[in-house]
Amino acid sequence: MTTKVSFTLNGEAVSAEVDSRTLLVEMIRENLGKTGTHVGCDTSQCGACVIHLDGRSVKSCTMLAVQAEGADVATIEGVATNGKLHPMQEAFREHHGLQCGYCTPGMIMSSLDLVKQNPDPDEKQIREWLEGNLCRCTGYQNIVRAVKAGAQAMRADD
Amino acid sequence: MYEFNYHRPTSLEDVSEILAANDEAKILAGGMTLLPTMKMRLAQPSDLVDLSAIDGLSDISDTGDAIEIGAMVRHADVAGSDIVQNAIPALAELANSIGDAQVRNRGTLGGSIANSDPASDYPAAVLGLDAVIKTNKREIAADDYFKGLFETALEANELVVSVKFPKPKKAAYAKFPNPASRYAVVGVMVAETDSGLRVAVTGAGACAYRATEIEAALGKSFSTDALAGISMDAADLNDDLHASSEYRAHLIGVMAGRAVSTLGG
Repeated sequence: MTTKVSFTLNGEAVSAEVDSRTLLVEMIRENLGKTGTHVGCDTSQCGACVIHLDGRSVKSCTMLAVQAEGADVATIEGVATNGKLHPMQEAFREHHGLQCGYCTPGMIMSSLDLVKQNPDPDEKQIREWLEGNLCRCTGYQNIVRAVKAGAQAMRADD
Repeated sequence: MYEFNYHRPTSLEDVSEILAANDEAKILAGGMTLLPTMKMRLAQPSDLVDLSAIDGLSDISDTGDAIEIGAMVRHADVAGSDIVQNAIPALAELANSIGDAQVRNRGTLGGSIANSDPASDYPAAVLGLDAVIKTNKREIAADDYFKGLFETALEANELVVSVKFPKPKKAAYAKFPNPASRYAVVGVMVAETDSGLRVAVTGAGACAYRATEIEAALGKSFSTDALAGISMDAADLNDDLHASSEYRAHLIGVMAGRAVSTLGG
């Protein structure tokens, strides 16, 4: 059974004919060609596929595309503006918050949701929040540093 | 994932109709258990009935002596609700201890208790706080609801609409989480309610249950000392790679003690 699914992706109206069993991450990557959102474990554990759905971070490998009908979806591609990295992305670069980089889009999307709720998270809060994001390079130390610095830069920007 | 037909009805009547017409249909709430199960091809529903477009299932309201939480309310919304935090802070904390942030943004109260995973947190709250489960057909007392492994009193074509939690005099939840999944290896809700002192255990058995020995001991003296002489029988408890049944039996006393201690006992 195929269905036409339409939603807003990074501010633009998009749609695709998909199978009812198509995962949201599959539609984003394969139908819409936005491959910044990664699939790591495909079992809702690693968080490489984290996107924002109506402003909240969710794992797009554990949602059907049809469930996103009419929603406001944001992926890593929509984070930078006019070719300028978002302060959180800049902080990941500055603090070497990535090694192989595979988990990074999910880490950043998750961290942006954290900062929205808690503009000044401490190290413990960052670590607890990133519970659902795994880094197989185990580069957590710098990721936590980057999130803290990114949050600070976002506060300064406000 | 096997193929299925997807439905997004806008009323409970339509849900009932779809369920009645399709024996192998399943209800989709947050999908945090159902979708992974389907991805592993461990479930093959003919139809999925998504509840997300039905009005009135996502509300949290204070009804005076209780709070009522809709079946589609996400864990993050229970955790962040002023109503819940004021009336039953232990319930807000419990919701905030489920899975990870992204799971809490999707997972729902109704989905959790309809699934009745033996290691899920909400069943301890439902049972410990003497909640009432409202379905599209009737009201079910928590004591009559949890029946066994992934088994509840819900009948075919019956779905959870909301859960009414009476405000307790005091309540605390203590949990020993699996460090990877955050599922409860053992979780214990201790609550002083209008219907008496209740101690509900999740993670240890096939489904959530009341630890009557601990309730009796705490009834005599509400203190961690009262738990000192109690040893839980490991015979019927879960035994898996996460913990042996003996370890779980031990953890019940320890978690109950932590909850009691939080409450000043």
